[in-house]
Amino acid sequence: MFEFLNSKFSDLFFKIKNKGKLSPKDLDDSLREIKLVLLEADVNFLVVKEFIENIKKKAIGENILESLTPFQQVIKIVNEEMTKMLGGASSSINFSQRIPTVIMLVGLQGSGKTTCSVKLASMIKSRYSKKVSLIAADVYRPAAILQLIDYSKKINCEVYHEDSNKNAVSISINGINMLRKSASDVVIIDTAGRLQIDTEMMNEVIEIKNKVKPHQIYLVVDSMSGQEAVNVAREFNDKLEYDGVILTKLDSDSRGGAALSINHVVKKPIKFASTGERIEDFDIFHPDRMASRILGMGDMLTLIEKTEKIIDEKKAKELEEKIYKSELNFEDFIDQLKSIKKIGSLEKVFSMLPMMGKNKALKNVNLDDKQLDRVEAIINSMTVQERRNPELINGSRKKRISDGSGTTVNDVNRLLKQFESTKHMLKQFSGGFNKRGINFPFPKF
Amino acid sequence: MFKLVNNLTYLWNKFKDRGNAEFWNSLEEELILNNVSVNTADFILSEVKEYCFKNSINSLNEIKNLIKGKIKEILECGNNWDIHINEKKPFIILVVGVNGVGKTSSIAKLAMMLQKEGKSILIAAADTYRAAAIEQIQFFGEKLNIEVIHHQRNSDPGAVVYDSIDKAFAKNADIVIIDTAGRMQTSANLINELKKIKRIVNKKNSRDPDEIFLVIDSNTGQNAKSQTEVFKEALDITGIILTKADSTSKGGIVLTIKHDLNIPVRFITYGERIGDISYFDPEKFVDLLVE
Repeated sequence: MFEFLNSKFSDLFFKIKNKGKLSPKDLDDSLREIKLVLLEADVNFLVVKEFIENIKKKAIGENILESLTPFQQVIKIVNEEMTKMLGGASSSINFSQRIPTVIMLVGLQGSGKTTCSVKLASMIKSRYSKKVSLIAADVYRPAAILQLIDYSKKINCEVYHEDSNKNAVSISINGINMLRKSASDVVIIDTAGRLQIDTEMMNEVIEIKNKVKPHQIYLVVDSMSGQEAVNVAREFNDKLEYDGVILTKLDSDSRGGAALSINHVVKKPIKFASTGERIEDFDIFHPDRMASRILGMGDMLTLIEKTEKIIDEKKAKELEEKIYKSELNFEDFIDQLKSIKKIGSLEKVFSMLPMMGKNKALKNVNLDDKQLDRVEAIINSMTVQERRNPELINGSRKKRISDGSGTTVNDVNRLLKQFESTKHMLKQFSGGFNKRGINFPFPKF
Repeated sequence: MFKLVNNLTYLWNKFKDRGNAEFWNSLEEELILNNVSVNTADFILSEVKEYCFKNSINSLNEIKNLIKGKIKEILECGNNWDIHINEKKPFIILVVGVNGVGKTSSIAKLAMMLQKEGKSILIAAADTYRAAAIEQIQFFGEKLNIEVIHHQRNSDPGAVVYDSIDKAFAKNADIVIIDTAGRMQTSANLINELKKIKRIVNKKNSRDPDEIFLVIDSNTGQNAKSQTEVFKEALDITGIILTKADSTSKGGIVLTIKHDLNIPVRFITYGERIGDISYFDPEKFVDLLVE
């Protein structure tokens, strides 16, 4: 996400990067560019105006025009202001003392509430080891209840539903009573999508709030929303006073600007971000990281954290050792493949890397996860000995492997060649990697 | 979009004495706040502004008409964008879009509209991915008494399309509407899956789908353009179904999409009821926009 902002900002800063000093006109020019970038990213017009004013004031106040590194200073200010706009420090969930902690999700139609309630349940379950259950309170959309039941099967959560009851309020009350008995720590209520101007529907959700008294209410917002998102968020907040926002569909390109402005205008934190189709594509929202990402530094922190979670440290040590001794074999290779797949699709991994927005060569590369599957199939068709000792693989073995994996001898050859060069490359890296430090393509400040 | 109506008079009264620049700036702001892109807003206003300046036009009514004219020009009012069902059966409509824009509901609405015109319809439930998507479209199918061709969940959507067209031949149905899973334009694999569906239609029916509609949510901001770009490139979409027009956001981005990519809006949906759909009427749209 935010790639769009990302590449625009990179363009802009590349333009003024090489200047030693910024003239007042340079500053105005860059601020105008920033304004356009933000507007095209759906940040609300009024918020943009304020943002630009702030930056200008700061830039003048800090006398950056006189400084020797005005460019870095502008980035610093934009970064700071952006982080501020995104809500300052990141915030996590507050659980109630008495069980169950009740969380209600509300939002417009199609913002992603049902999907999010299951993803949120899964996250709370795995991260906080709580027993999480769901209440299906969307009685309007056809098959919405079924969707929730079906989707939550994947994470083994109990779903409370009443198929003949059309009253979302009583379903919620009954659900909580029932789920309290089954000792659920957390109960998530999935409500129907509604327009903020639909009085009848808003009254329904207000009534649920009054009767059930959820500990947390989250507004689910589509990250692709336009200028109007601010008004939607404001109106929902006036009626419900929610505690935070869940930002969805961040796997789309760019934007999310609307969410920045919601945060700014309604002053409620963005708590979680949903970034893909899979249940685990859901995470606590990190404003600071997102700001860095917008500025073209990529979402390295998220990537690093995700990798850490998945790659077991001991195994990593072993691997390092092997790389050093040049003993890397196909068994390690397939381990690595599997961990990459756990992080997410290749596209996602790449989008987290810094400066991808700028990299024209990569822009049109089709990152096909099927290729990984093919590689996996080839390796799976090798015997254990072949995996440990790739040198063994001769012509007839290649034929057998390619037949076994449904590929061609050419594919097998290509993989072997790639493997050799990877091995070679890794060996070179493993020596001086840390001493020299990773060279980020972005100035440090 | 509709907010511009009241505001124009308001802005005029507020700024006419303080010089024109502020009036024009505030007009631009209004357009942008309605999700028209900065470029399109500039395009509309700069020409009107220049014309006003040259011909020393200084009345609100005239400015209104000029803006209206410019927007009509972009939307190509007068063109007939209705569906023209050709002789060769079945007429195939493929409906695509990102997640949560309202594809399935729109299909139900579209099906009812065409049914009212006396056509026999089949629906292909080719969203085999989302939980309960098949059940959702089946619900509408039962309500409208339209057969929904479906397979198991997670089965190949291409196979559903294949079977549906076979079925359409067998039943001599007029129209097949294909419901597809929501997908982000950024996911190359899923976009390729749609290309495959299109190829299957071509193979079975000896021509591409007769209409390929991209569904766009009125609430969507500038990203709608990126969506249209990708889907247009991949599939040659023939039009847009603008959904949720009953929300407070009126989808001004469609102006930009028409202007920059030349894809027209064909249908507009505006409510929870199955009858809440009509052909998009640009004339009406503009009249409502600038009154």
